Formats: sequence, C-alpha cells, structure tokens
Amino acid sequence: MYTSLKETDHGAASHEGGGPPARAVPRWRRSLRPYLLIVPALLLTGGILYPFGLGLFYTFFDFAASKPQPDMVGLENYRRIFTETSFWNSAWVTVLYAVGAAAVETVLGVGVALLLHRSTLVGRVLEKILILPLMIAPVIAAIMWKLMLQPSVGVINYLLKPFGLGGVQWTDTPAGALLSSIAVDVWVYTPFVAILALAGLRSLPVSPFEAAAVDGAGWWFTFRRLTLPMLWPYVLVAVIFRFMDSLKVFDIIYALTEGGPGDSTVVLQIRAYLEAIRFQRYSFGISYMIVLWAVVYLVTMVLVRYLGKIQNRAAEVPK
Amino acid sequence: MDMRVHDRRRFLALTAAASATPLLSACGTGFGGDESTKGGGSAANDVTGSFDWKKAKGKTVKALLNKHPYTDALIADLKSFTAKTGIKVEYDVFPEDNYFDKLTVDLSSGRASYDIFMLGAYMVWQYGPPGWLEDLGPWMSNSSATGGEWDQGDFFPNLLQADQWSLKAGAPLGQGGQYALPWGWETNVVAYNTEVFKKLGLKPAETFDELREISGAIKRKAPGAGYDGMYGVAVRGSRSWATIHPGFMTMYSRYGLKDFTVDGGKITPAMNSPEAIAFTQDWAEMIKKGGPPSWTSYTWYQCSSDLGAKKAGMLFDADTAAYFQAVKGASPASGKIAFHPGPKGPDGSLATNMWIWSLGMNAKSKNKHAAWLFLQWATGKEHLRKAAIEGNHIDPVRKSVSQDAAYKDKMKDLEGFIETFETVVDQTKIQFTPQEQFFDATTSWAASLQEIYGGKSAKSVLNGLANDLAPKVG
Repeated sequence: MYTSLKETDHGAASHEGGGPPARAVPRWRRSLRPYLLIVPALLLTGGILYPFGLGLFYTFFDFAASKPQPDMVGLENYRRIFTETSFWNSAWVTVLYAVGAAAVETVLGVGVALLLHRSTLVGRVLEKILILPLMIAPVIAAIMWKLMLQPSVGVINYLLKPFGLGGVQWTDTPAGALLSSIAVDVWVYTPFVAILALAGLRSLPVSPFEAAAVDGAGWWFTFRRLTLPMLWPYVLVAVIFRFMDSLKVFDIIYALTEGGPGDSTVVLQIRAYLEAIRFQRYSFGISYMIVLWAVVYLVTMVLVRYLGKIQNRAAEVPK
Repeated sequence: MDMRVHDRRRFLALTAAASATPLLSACGTGFGGDESTKGGGSAANDVTGSFDWKKAKGKTVKALLNKHPYTDALIADLKSFTAKTGIKVEYDVFPEDNYFDKLTVDLSSGRASYDIFMLGAYMVWQYGPPGWLEDLGPWMSNSSATGGEWDQGDFFPNLLQADQWSLKAGAPLGQGGQYALPWGWETNVVAYNTEVFKKLGLKPAETFDELREISGAIKRKAPGAGYDGMYGVAVRGSRSWATIHPGFMTMYSRYGLKDFTVDGGKITPAMNSPEAIAFTQDWAEMIKKGGPPSWTSYTWYQCSSDLGAKKAGMLFDADTAAYFQAVKGASPASGKIAFHPGPKGPDGSLATNMWIWSLGMNAKSKNKHAAWLFLQWATGKEHLRKAAIEGNHIDPVRKSVSQDAAYKDKMKDLEGFIETFETVVDQTKIQFTPQEQFFDATTSWAASLQEIYGGKSAKSVLNGLANDLAPKVG
C-alpha cells in the first residue's frame, strides 16, 4: 500500500497501466501545495482580523470628524469610557435587556415547543405560524409594535380599555420602555428558541420515556428528570445565540424608543452608534464597540464551555 | 524536515508582515484623509469669461435629497434646469430619519458620490470643520460663474448669514465662509384649531403662562365639547436634537435664555442657570398637563398630523408643519387652522429660532461648476417663485417671492399666515451657539427634558447635563 501510493505520487502507476507516461510533479510544486491549500483559510482569517485589528488600532487615537489628523492617546478612550456614568448606565441597561429577553424567550420557547411536540392538527398549523415573526425584520417589528403600543390610537390600549387599563403610556416611562423593548424582542425571537427546542425534542430517544411510562412516572417527573436534562444542550445553544444577540441589540430599541426616555434604554450599541455616527467621534465610538465585543466574547466563552459539559453529561443519559 | 518548518515560519511571518503594512500605514496617511484638497484655491477661480448657463452643458450633477414637500417642488421643476443649462440631474431621496446618517457617512467617506445635497444650517457646524463643504463665497463673488439675476441682496439677510461661519466654535454666524445657501426655511410659531378655540371661548396665548393654561384647558374641556381625545399643544419630544430647536428653543430664547455662554473663546453650558431651570420645569409641566400622550416619541410628523387630525388644539412648531395640514383637503382640520406668532417673552420678545433647509456642495465634487449652476438655479428667483406658487415651497427665502402678489394670493386663505410670517421674519434667527458638539449637546438636552417630564428634578438633571457637556464643548 505504501509503495503503491508512493508510485502514484511519482506517476509510476500510469506506466504500469500502459497509458501515456504522466509528467512527474516537480518538487517545488509539491512543496508549495500545502501553502496554497491554506491560502483560503488565511484570506478568510485576514478578512476577519484585519478590520477588527484596524478598529482596535483606531481606539488608541482621538480620531473624529473634527480631528482628521489625530494624535495617539493610548488608553485614554477606554479610561474615559470607564469613568463616564453614562457607560455604566448603558452597561446596566444592556445586561438587564439581555438577561430579561433571553430568560423569557427560553422559558416561553421551551413551553411552546413542548405544546407543539404533540403532533395534533392544531400543533402542525401553529408550527407553521410560529415562524412568521422570524421572517419580519426586527426594525419593522419594532415599528409595528410602536404603533400598537401608541397610547391613544394603539390597538393594545384599545383592547385593554374594557379592563380599565386603556391609558397606559407604554414607552413613556423608563421601566415601561425597557419592558416594551424586551416584549418586542420576545415576540420576534421566541419562535427561534421554540424551533430549536422542538428539533431537540424530536431527536430525543424514545426508550427512556417508554420505560418511565411503564414505571408509572408522572408528567412533571418525566419532564424534570428526563426531558429537560436531555433537551438542555439544545436549549443552551438557543440561549447562547439569544444572549449574544441581545447583548448586541440595536434595531428593536432604536426603532421603539431611540434610547429614551432619558437614557433609560441606551444600550451599549446605541451609545456606540451615537458616538461614531451621530457625533462623529469615531475612535470613541469604536472603543465602545471593543468593550462590548470583549463582554460578549467572555460571556459566550463561559456559556460554550458550560454547553460542552452539558452535552457530555446529556450523552450519558440514555445509557 | 527542519528546513520545511523554517520555510513555513518564514511564510507565515511574511504574510503577517504584508497584512500589517496597510494597518501601520493607516497611521501615516492620516486615517484615509485626503490632503489634496486642503490649502488650495477655490475651483471657482477656474471659471472665467462671461457668465453663461450653458458652460457646463453635457455634465451630470448627482444630488442627495430629503423627502420633503420642498423637494417635491424641486423635482417637479428639474426639466427647466436641464433645458436651461444642458446639465442632467440624478438624485436619490431618503426619508428624514435616515437622511442625515446617509449624508454624514457619505461625506465622511471622502468620496464624491453626491455633488450637492440638502442640509440644515446646524449641519454646517458639523460638516464645515472637517472640510467637507465647499465654501460658496468665491463662487458667489465670481461674475463669470454667477449670473447678475441671482441677486444675493434679495435673500433675507438672517437666512444667508445662518449658513455663514468662521468654523471657530462659539464664533457668531454671519462671518467667514458661505458653506451653504438658504433654499427653504421654517419659522416656529403657534398654529391652532379655530373651531375648538371658538367653542371653548379661547384666544391665542400672548404669554407663556397663558399658553400653559390654555393647553391644560383644552385637554380637560375639549373631549367634553365633542373632540374626543384632543389634547392642548403638540410639541416634539423624541430623544433627538430635533426636539430642542422648534418650540422649546423659541420660547427659551423669548425668555432671553442661552444654551451656552462664550467668554474669551471658552464655551460654558448655561442651560442650568436658575432661570433656565425654572423655564424647563414649566415646559415639562405644560406637556404633562396639556401635551400629547406618548410625548417621548413625538417628532414633527406626529405633531403635524395630530393638528390635522383634530387630536391637538395647538401646535408650537414650524409654520410649515401646520401649513401642510391646513391646505385645502389635506386633513380633517384643513380650513380650521390659523397661525399666530406665539407667546411673547416677559419683555415682549418675539425672538424665534429657525430651521433652514439649505443646499450645499461637496468639497470633493469633481463637478463643481455644474453643481454651482444647479445651486444658483435652485436658489434663484425663477425656480423659487414657481415652487412657492405652484408647489408647497412656502416660507420664501427671498424677499421678492414673499412680496409676490401671486404668492400672497395663494396664502391669503390661511388665517394669520402672512401676518405671522411678516411679524416674526426679522426676529427669526439661529438662537443656538455655533459649535461642533451641537448634536451631542441637543440630543442630551432632549434626553434631560424627557427625564424632567418623567418626574426627575429639573435642577439636578440640568446640572448633570451642564457638567457632562462642559468638558466636551469647553
């Protein structure tokens, strides 16, 4: 086998087969081949790292529209960010939003998946409808909800009127604005969690559930001891995606509240957008994004490691 | 084997070096800045000989425009320009929410994708210092480039001065380069529903106290008089710089209040003076008692449509915002909207803040002569007269158009419009201090206003705002 492979490499096999003599591949081409093979990977990596590196590089300057020939300021942009109260406010709002949205979406998504798992006609119809919010651009969804939440002409207050709740100013208070934004996020992305959870439910082995049924285990016991542990890796994938996305939210909040009232819904992305685009302090805006990237990276790393452990544990359950 | 490892290392090292070279060179090239346009003379000097509209025949001018009735009137008349000059105009129109982001990104990229664009006078403070705007002064003063009929003296002087600046923060307007030309403008006044006023026995407010009282009275009494859900006064409230400049800044200025004080070139925030705090508190109270529900999301679109839909008894905003609802058949309230200069300050001041839709030229344009001919035509008497009479390009920037019999005839059915315009026109100017951080300052100011409206202490919020702004503008 070794000889044959070696001969093929040099074209010797073709001679034995009686065909025309193959040209021997020159040594320099064989030496170059591994390098050529890594070129696409290098280009891809470069395409990712170069803009990122350039962005990082800009954060060490005071580059702004008003200062197109900037001085190097070292870590000054980061020092400013961490000493500004507005940053800590934005960081707090971002965390509240991400935790709130991801938690509600997970609970609701899993709940919806469990309901749809029973393959009834209604379930199959609902399954098709479930995906509709995901097909709508989040910014459009936010505008749609903005109209529905409008206090005087919005349909939500109209529906609540018979219950004496017709005058709610949904986005006029800090808490209301944040909760309304989370509600829109939940409306758009709960189906995403539900679809992942449903796929997970359908891939679970049947035998443990049959055994539990034979033993007379109740629904809650089966859910807690079998379904949830085995489903958890799938749910965790959804949580990771939703948490990462929620930390980076921009469109929903900006379309719904523009970050207001006051600074109550100015998440880090909106702060960065205002700094870099509206106020044209490019370096400062990018610095915000780098800080956000670091937070998302660290959180995701922890969650992915946890996911690995969970997957290993789940793999042992059916045995 | 060792040789191979050595080769791979060299290869990776060379690749890394090649990747890093542009990164490092970015520092040296001034972050992509183009030095070629700095320090040179104006391209206007290249135009010589006698003036001729056809001198740039065959060229194409690319324009970036905001969706607006003024824009509609311009587009409707573009054929006249092409017939007159032989210059073709290509344009993109964006809604206002995205327009300035699009323009900012485009100009900051240093490309010349658009030769001319719409901008407000405030944008001169942001776009002027980085060198993105062509100084139109040399073009205006070159008789080879500018026809005699353009008549610079026909513009209302305060409008022309609003686009003129020395690019030094805190320096007054009306000095330095002409970075844009006034094209259409808006003065901020009170428009009211005459039907509601008549039913409730009200008269337009002459003082701010009266305005607050009337706003609250309408909200309380109008629903009982058959106007379900009507509130008193529509004013903007979104977390945006645009919330500050119309009604709020007008009334603020009529009280003699300043956004910043300038002393020896040092700019100090003044929106936390005791008088400013008291005024801001009163403004927020007025909105709570007589303003729109969901005020914190209100832009001029909502304010304007509420007046037209009989949801608002009054509007304290741009006169055009009321005009678009007042014209025949435009809204349920059309024919029942009247105009009034609005409350006077304690000393009788009718100082009014304004917004000017101006036209500017990209300093990087490769097509400046043709672009200048377009600007000259678009701000010229012939087009502006036609746009005002046949289109909805009202609030003329030219004295001759404002005095034109056909224009006056067109506006005569709008109760109080001409009288209000003529009362405030000379007292209307930019009331803000020109400085590059204008958008940051006014966006934060709007956010502060929202917090005060939400119940926070005006004093602590405005002190916080002033402390935050001081190092940025100082």
